[in-house]
Amino acid sequence: MTDMVNAPLALPPETKSRSLFQLAAMRFRRNRAAMAGCVVLVLIALFSFLGPLFISHKYDQVFPSYVSVPPSLEARPDAGSLQEAMEGVAGRARVTLKEFAVEGQTFTATVTSDQPIDPRTTRYFDRANEFDATTVVATEDDGKTLKLQGNVSREYFFFGTDSNGRDMLARVMLGGQISIAVGLLASIVSLGIGVVYGATSGYIGGRVDNVMMRFVEILYSLPFVFLVVVLVVFFGRSFILIFLVIGAVEWLDMARIVRGQTLALKRREFVGAAQALGLTDWQIIRRHIIPNTIGPVVVFVTVVVPKVILLESFLSFLGLGVQAPLTSWGALISEGANNIQSAPWLLIFPAIFFVVTLFSLNFAGDGLRDALDPKDR
Amino acid sequence: MAAESILTVRNMKVSFDTPDGTVEAVKGIDLDVKSGETLAIVGESGSGKSQTMMGIMGLLAKNGRATGSASYRGKELIGLPMKELNTVRGAKITMIFQEPMTSLDPLYTIGRQIAEPIVYHRGGSFAEAKARALELLELVGIPEPARRINSYPHELSGGQRQRVMIAMALANEPDILIADEPTTALDVTIQAQILDLLKSLQQKFGMAVVLITHDLGIVRHFASRVAVMRRGEVVETGATADIFERPQADYTRMLLAAEPSGRKASPPDNAPIILEGRNVCVDYRTGGGLFKSASGTFRAVDDITLRLKQGQTIGIVGESGSGKSTLGRALLKLLPASGHIRFEKTDISDFGRSAMRPLRQEMQLVFQDPYGSLSPRQTVGEIITEGLYVHEPQLSRAERDRRAVEALKEVGLDPAARNRYPHEFSGGQRQRIAIARAMILKPKVVILDEPTSALDRSVQGQVIDLLRGLQKSHDLSYIFISHDLSVIKAMSDYVIVMKNGKIVEEGETDAIFDAPKQAYTQTLMNAAFTA
Amino acid sequence: MFSFVLRRLASAVPTLFIVVTISFFLMRFAPGGPFNLERPLPPQTMANLMRTYQLDQPLWRQYVTYITNAVTGDFGPSYIYKDNTVAELIAKGLPYSLELGFYALLLALIGGVLAGTIAALRQNSVLDFAIMSVSTIGVTVPNFVVGPVLTLVFAIILAWLPAGSWGDGSLRFLILPMIALALPQLAVFARLTRGSMIEALHTDHIRTARAYGLPARTVVITHAMRAAMLPVVSYLAPCAAALLTGSAVIETIFTIPGVGRYFVLGAINRDYTLVMGTVVLVAIFVIVFNLLVDIIYGLLDPRVRHD
Repeated sequence: MTDMVNAPLALPPETKSRSLFQLAAMRFRRNRAAMAGCVVLVLIALFSFLGPLFISHKYDQVFPSYVSVPPSLEARPDAGSLQEAMEGVAGRARVTLKEFAVEGQTFTATVTSDQPIDPRTTRYFDRANEFDATTVVATEDDGKTLKLQGNVSREYFFFGTDSNGRDMLARVMLGGQISIAVGLLASIVSLGIGVVYGATSGYIGGRVDNVMMRFVEILYSLPFVFLVVVLVVFFGRSFILIFLVIGAVEWLDMARIVRGQTLALKRREFVGAAQALGLTDWQIIRRHIIPNTIGPVVVFVTVVVPKVILLESFLSFLGLGVQAPLTSWGALISEGANNIQSAPWLLIFPAIFFVVTLFSLNFAGDGLRDALDPKDR
Repeated sequence: MAAESILTVRNMKVSFDTPDGTVEAVKGIDLDVKSGETLAIVGESGSGKSQTMMGIMGLLAKNGRATGSASYRGKELIGLPMKELNTVRGAKITMIFQEPMTSLDPLYTIGRQIAEPIVYHRGGSFAEAKARALELLELVGIPEPARRINSYPHELSGGQRQRVMIAMALANEPDILIADEPTTALDVTIQAQILDLLKSLQQKFGMAVVLITHDLGIVRHFASRVAVMRRGEVVETGATADIFERPQADYTRMLLAAEPSGRKASPPDNAPIILEGRNVCVDYRTGGGLFKSASGTFRAVDDITLRLKQGQTIGIVGESGSGKSTLGRALLKLLPASGHIRFEKTDISDFGRSAMRPLRQEMQLVFQDPYGSLSPRQTVGEIITEGLYVHEPQLSRAERDRRAVEALKEVGLDPAARNRYPHEFSGGQRQRIAIARAMILKPKVVILDEPTSALDRSVQGQVIDLLRGLQKSHDLSYIFISHDLSVIKAMSDYVIVMKNGKIVEEGETDAIFDAPKQAYTQTLMNAAFTA
Repeated sequence: MFSFVLRRLASAVPTLFIVVTISFFLMRFAPGGPFNLERPLPPQTMANLMRTYQLDQPLWRQYVTYITNAVTGDFGPSYIYKDNTVAELIAKGLPYSLELGFYALLLALIGGVLAGTIAALRQNSVLDFAIMSVSTIGVTVPNFVVGPVLTLVFAIILAWLPAGSWGDGSLRFLILPMIALALPQLAVFARLTRGSMIEALHTDHIRTARAYGLPARTVVITHAMRAAMLPVVSYLAPCAAALLTGSAVIETIFTIPGVGRYFVLGAINRDYTLVMGTVVLVAIFVIVFNLLVDIIYGLLDPRVRHD
């Protein structure tokens, strides 16, 4: 843009004034991959956190009749296996099944025996997962034939069930809650430590900065993933500890980034101008340093979150994740990986959610970086 | 001079695809470069002068596109396949760039970089090419070429790097050398040396030089013909003398008139001294690490004494590294300095940060870079009223806003600007905002640190007029720091020439400019082409 | 250069010392010990065990003993693998981890740099998008998924390769674990290379090289590539240290007798000496590779050359 002599008073032609943030948001919205990533993330979060309200199964509810059933859109059990189940029940009750029919949510059955049947036999029916509220509707043949009616409880397992007979759909939702929560909370912990440490080191500078950064260097040569393992093994496997520990080891990069930013900002002329205006250190940090470091920090958080989720999954693989019946995607995946041949759905569903989430985070992060730092990449 | 046109540009356009649509940077221009001549293409930033040459050389950014025709001795260059274009560029047409610091590959020795185009265009081995590179280094005046040939770019000064670029450009004895602002990033004395070198080499090799520049002083001394560009169009072409003496286009006339002019009268002798520095020294520690103390000190400002009277403008002139900016900050106590500093009647030599705070209202600072000195995340209103938060916290919101409007009007900006963000403004407008930020506090002393150096000439003139007007209406005292002698001459009534932290010469502006006593001052004057 | 290496080695010693100290105390201040089994041992047995392993002594004395022994290469006996010292265990496992890690490192480096360069040169093309998507998958899919999937496809369904174990150590046995180990790092190298390559291609000196008519291949390989390798080289140090000291996950899935498992087993069993041994091992690798990388960096970039 060239200013011309004839128009020193003219303002830029745009009718709407936009802050840098608004411009970044505009660029971000133009980036289709990043926007798609964001939408997917929101959907996955809704699925994980609100999904449990819409399904009837609890994540720790065990269905002994449905151990390791594959996923299906059909209700379980289907008509054939109901018949089988009914025959099994009849056998246990020492009666012969003559007729059996299912209509909607109710069944009717006719059973006979050589001897009069005790009406309390219905208890055998209720004991099975599939049937309940069985009542005798008619007694014929001097009590040797009973007409029974009751409810069939048919269950939907869209994602199948695990080897303990728990609904995978509910478990994937719970896993999502825990993985996302660990990812966010650990990132916040690392953000907190990293920003304070980096900003202090960068702003004070000089020898303090030297010592603080030397310490970070030393920590870099500590095998940190191993330390997480040690800490979790020794201090227990609670949810809180896991994200605290992961956060406590992931702050090094953040501290470096914030320090670098602070050092660069300190040299910028607008900080010099603020000093010349007589602002105090704290006013300068609050009004100038922090608002200008937010961009890179936010971008870095989108890198840390997937890293943390991966680290949590690694812990889960080692059997050091959250304790059953709680679970995380990582725990589900490692369980699924062990049963990859016999029950592939145990791997497929959590893995899809896990990978799609991390994928979307990556795209959203890349988009955010491009939007905030509009160099041509 | 030979009249044969060796590079003929016809209806050339350069456009860039941006998210906001296509931007035409060059709008169908015609140019002729004749063999052996020096053609200057003059224009301000954004005039498209560089992009024209980049388009011809196939060096546009990915989103750029050149159309039209540019033929070199009958060979159409635009749209030429890269392989064929590569037989022309670097051999027949070569180029040197504005930034000698970044234009050379930092990872290779300069010898190897000069040899590379020789090997690719002429064949032969690197060893043979190195021998030629050595000759070239000698030719462009690199001291100890046999040793320097194995140096890396970071081991050379800016001027030396530009000499290396010139050696590279001459390696294949080109027909045309395009020099894109070759001296803008260099100090004035170095600038003159480089231009003299170019001129003598041009005579020796008989090549044509296309000089892209914004600096009319350079044009007048070096070009035989001039093309003036503005907003992607050539507004005027002609022989240098004609352009300077009988400019046809309004724009050319405006450019010529934009050379800062006028003199400032000295304040009356009995004007009170408002800011005084006696024996001011600033030391920087160099080296030093975690467990060792600083290995040495570097004296950036060495025993400087100056007295600024009310209504006076002291111009401090010097090249980069002379300590002039450091001195400015030291006088405002923004840097630890030794010596005595007095503001009005108060000795502020030992004032700490909090003691200085109330005084900051009276002593303000305006920076060089209008892009870096405004926080990109604040609105203009927030930026210019920031000082009021510190110095007049009792002001109501409405009152602050009124003051902002007043300040913006005073610097010639529409008050509506206060709701906008700095990135929406041009360089000159931003500098006005920076000045408004200082003026809103109604200071007595303003230190102006190269406030016009990042601006185009025409804008420079406006900012200088603005500063002079403000000085008159508020009886301000300025310390005006610059490397640009013509601006210093127009602004100040007293001049201090600095070199390596020391005062070389000082005196009334007229005395310094008309009869410089020191050799260094004379060199500066000659180099600046303004004498 | 020589004095630089010496100076760096000298500063490595305190670093290593601090790492060992932090790990030592961190572990000892945690509740539980190597002999706190699910069924508590009789007090007398416990006391005997503690005495045998000198765990009844004051902590500072244990620390001093540990440090003095460690300096001579004695990292103590393993509490769990009772017949072995830690040094023996590491000596036994390390060659396997080194060999596997070395191949994985080569694969990751060469594959990643190649893919990243191609993506950068074809920026925003379909190829770029494909490479970046695949490498994003590489970063996001945990290797304990990649391992079993590879096994299922190539070992069980296609039956081309063995499913696990070191076997006779021939390449056939190494291919699958190598790929699973290398994939995430390959992806990181690809992304890193692409980013720095794009940046390098936009620098002024690349423009100079183009303006002087150098062929595109020369511009990319001699000028852009070398600058783009600098961040890649920096990442090489942590990556090499991680790959060469073995991966607990890969070694477990493919039943490879490397050192990677020891840390996890040691930690789970509170085998202090074994954990400390692996910590020292990893720290030494990190420090040595950082030094190597600094030297390589100096060779590549004259601006940081140390003489």
